[in-house]
Amino acid sequence: MQGAPLRTAAITARNIACRRGDRVLFAELSLNLSSGEAVQIAGHNGIGKSSLLRILAGLAPAYAGTVTVEGSVGLLDERPALDPALPLGRALAFWQRMDGAPTEAVQRNLERLGLAALVDVPVRYLSTGQKKRAAFARLLAQEATVWLLDEPLNGLDSRAVELAETLTAEHCAAGGVAIVASHQSFRLTGLARLALADFGA
Amino acid sequence: MSRAAALLRRDLGRLLLGGRGGGPLLPVLFFLSVAMLYPFAVGPDAPLLARTGGGVIWVAALLAAILPLDRLVEPDIELGVFDQWALRGISEELVIAVRVLAHWLSFGPPLMLAAFPAAALLGLDGATLRMVELGLLAGTPGLAALGVTVAALTAGLRGGAALAGLLVIPMAVPVLIFGAGSLGTGGESGLALAGASSLVLIAIAPFAGAAAVRAARG
Repeated sequence: MQGAPLRTAAITARNIACRRGDRVLFAELSLNLSSGEAVQIAGHNGIGKSSLLRILAGLAPAYAGTVTVEGSVGLLDERPALDPALPLGRALAFWQRMDGAPTEAVQRNLERLGLAALVDVPVRYLSTGQKKRAAFARLLAQEATVWLLDEPLNGLDSRAVELAETLTAEHCAAGGVAIVASHQSFRLTGLARLALADFGA
Repeated sequence: MSRAAALLRRDLGRLLLGGRGGGPLLPVLFFLSVAMLYPFAVGPDAPLLARTGGGVIWVAALLAAILPLDRLVEPDIELGVFDQWALRGISEELVIAVRVLAHWLSFGPPLMLAAFPAAALLGLDGATLRMVELGLLAGTPGLAALGVTVAALTAGLRGGAALAGLLVIPMAVPVLIFGAGSLGTGGESGLALAGASSLVLIAIAPFAGAAAVRAARG
């Protein structure tokens, strides 16, 4: 994201609720973020952090409420969405073509994430942390304005954690929005915190 | 490269070049194995083999088309690939339509090629082989569409792969009857009906498959 022009982005959720089976996970949840802002969704396992992100991404219906997004949404979750059989470079090149990103974006992002040496290694041989970094490379190439990060620090070592936090800070500085669902501490200047337990039904 | 072309390239890479499922080799070997075993089972009765061989090729083609079903949709849901496509505004309908084409290319033409040695093993004459080839050309696209649709419907279910196979077989009966029927008294009208069945299945597949993927994605 370095050097990218300032962009406008916003995401607004009004009174959303999430229901799984007979259980309402949370209700009456509202948030409003605009360019440069970030929030961490905190809460224990199973409270509905991932479900909230999927609702915000438009991938799952809300039980109640509305979500409005200005800009494009990028999602990073536990699933890297990279073909396990393909070498990392080719797996990322597929998403580069889907995103219409320049060809050199793949190599640039691999270098940024410290994965350049693994370009020819099949994705299935990567460690959990390497797959997570590869997913960050995919997210960078997408150039989405609203980042939804679901447990982005899982499996990362301390250097990679720092890198993930830096990338998120740069994204926000470039006008993007970030929503981080994590039970771990995420260091980001100006990061707001939203405890999902406060909206439990 | 357009997104549809990039999708087709990826699907062909996965389905043709293999990976865990062995690419098109597995359906072709299965198909040829059936054609090879059938004469052992019924004995060296050349007129009987010639009379029933075309039908055996059709049954073998249907069963061979079932083999790759577990690789068609489920892995992309598990890996979150469909989610990433949805976020980019790429419709499930487009993905499924492309996958039907890729699935057909990965088993239809290979089976049509394998039908030549299979016909030799079964002692089919040239006229029967011609009708078998035309029937496979008309019917296998429908089997591909049906396979992708059922793979989407059973994605995420426990034992989905086995269930998919069981579901495809009864739903493929019209294509089988018309395709195999073209070898007997049905003639060219059988071919036309097999082609019509394929067209109906191809028309339905993107919408039914996309709805199933959306439901499985939750």
